Amino acid sequence: MSAMFEPVLTRNVGNPDALTLAGYKKSGGYEGLAKAFKMEPAAVVDEVKKSGLRGRGGAGFPAGMKWSFIGKAKPRYLVCNADESEPGTFKDRLLMELDPHQLIEGCAICCWAVEANTCYIYIRGEYTKAATILERAIRDAYDGGILGDNAMGSGFKLDMVVHRGAGAYICGEETGMLESLEGKRGQPRVKPPFPAVVGAFGKPTVVNNVETLCNVPHILVRGADWFKGIGTDERNTGPKLYAISGHVNRPGTYEFPLGVSFRDLLDKAGGMYQGGTLKAFIPGGASAPILPASQIDLKMDFDSVAKAGSMLGSAAVIVMDETTCLVRSVARLANFFNHESCGQCTPCREGTNWMELLLHRLEDGEGSEGDGKLLLSICGHIGGQSLCPLGDAAIGPVQSLVKGFWPEIEQHIRDKRCPFPHRRYFAQGA
Amino acid sequence: MSGLPAAAKAELDEVRKRYPTSEAALLPALHIAQRFWDGWLPDEAITAVAAELDLAPSTVYGVVTFYDLYHQKPVGKHRIRVCTNLPCQLRGCEEIMETLHRELKVQEDEVTPDGRCSFIHFECLGSCDTAPMMMINDDYHENLTPSRTVQIVRGLK
Repeated sequence: MSAMFEPVLTRNVGNPDALTLAGYKKSGGYEGLAKAFKMEPAAVVDEVKKSGLRGRGGAGFPAGMKWSFIGKAKPRYLVCNADESEPGTFKDRLLMELDPHQLIEGCAICCWAVEANTCYIYIRGEYTKAATILERAIRDAYDGGILGDNAMGSGFKLDMVVHRGAGAYICGEETGMLESLEGKRGQPRVKPPFPAVVGAFGKPTVVNNVETLCNVPHILVRGADWFKGIGTDERNTGPKLYAISGHVNRPGTYEFPLGVSFRDLLDKAGGMYQGGTLKAFIPGGASAPILPASQIDLKMDFDSVAKAGSMLGSAAVIVMDETTCLVRSVARLANFFNHESCGQCTPCREGTNWMELLLHRLEDGEGSEGDGKLLLSICGHIGGQSLCPLGDAAIGPVQSLVKGFWPEIEQHIRDKRCPFPHRRYFAQGA
Repeated sequence: MSGLPAAAKAELDEVRKRYPTSEAALLPALHIAQRFWDGWLPDEAITAVAAELDLAPSTVYGVVTFYDLYHQKPVGKHRIRVCTNLPCQLRGCEEIMETLHRELKVQEDEVTPDGRCSFIHFECLGSCDTAPMMMINDDYHENLTPSRTVQIVRGLK
């Protein structure tokens, strides 16, 4: 199937002309928006609903459904989540740097569908290059009459603003993002009310990921049925970007139909780095439980990965070979979640700290048999006990390590040292 | 200097038009202020931004301490951030940290005596396909090796 698959989202990669408004139009750009403006907003929502498009940011929530929940009040907002901070994820950067108008078009169609006159693209502060490219493209879109007081002659007023974050993973969580957009600390809100009803500046707001929105113009142009024809089944539809990194020969972003097998993906990435042997992989970014090499034939779609005990998340695939110490790897992720916990909920703030300390102790060969149970007990106290998904995300890799790779922890305890050769660990204590 | 420099204020006035509340301009305001205060935010920068946006200095301080890209102590003219999250760890980011430490002869988060450089480890910078990598001010430097790292750092004026 993959051999026949023609790229959709990355069709303009390698076509620098697409960076200009004229070049993008030549590639068929803004035809989706033109078509949307000829439809009723509700019909656009229906078409996206029918396509089965699920959110590409991590949660996999049906996008059309999210749009249909939009509250009645006005003004309304679209906030495009371009905060891409999940370790291992770098697909949205590619979409913004190489085909910015595709995103602008997707945002514009969504704005029309939910009757939002303003779109904020919340981009992580580190992505200065992508922000500059987007700002230039937005300026061109204003000059070309795509955006502004009379977008494409439709009479619809449409403004688009790039808003830079300032380095905080939690701002990728939709309500943390809204707080941050409003100029506050990015601490997630209690839900309900959901952003669709009370979102940015207290108004109805749709929050969608970059890749999700980039799919929308294609759904409009080629139809929901075409979109549904790509992927595993009707719950897992459309093209998908997979960002693969770690121990592979050609790390990168690859587009496949949703549900490509991990084996095919690995093959596309040039196989294992320097001829190594696959030990384990993370299928969906730092929050996703680690899977063993025996899962090599796993179909990489939302439901198949969930059934295997992990999650597709942002489809950031991190590959580890036999030289990798998984205790050390998970300790690094625990350090990350401890650093990024916003501090609002006690179970997450305290629990992520204890998990990191325990994992370092194990990695340093100073752990004991009881540490496995202790780690799982901490996970149990974090899971489901915090406002936002960060706490749940933090326990995924830890639980999978203790339950799935216990002999490796045991070896650290028995030998009183890490059995793998490696260098000083820098994140520690800093 | 007290208050925002005129050029910074002009820039901020432009930015404020994009939001329905003045508080929403706080993150951009701090980015602008940090640029005018040599890459970090001393107390006078924080009070200047607070006064400009009509916020309590404590509110602004709370925001500054929340985000990793705002600095509360002096940084080098070239601020080096090395990604050390898992994908970069798998591809040797420690070697890059060690190389910077050896080359710059300062500890992490210290500024070289000539004020030229400072380096810190950082969370995932979204460049895992070109690991290991580092960011110097706004620019990504990718597919690093220790020798390339030395070359890049020696080229910083």
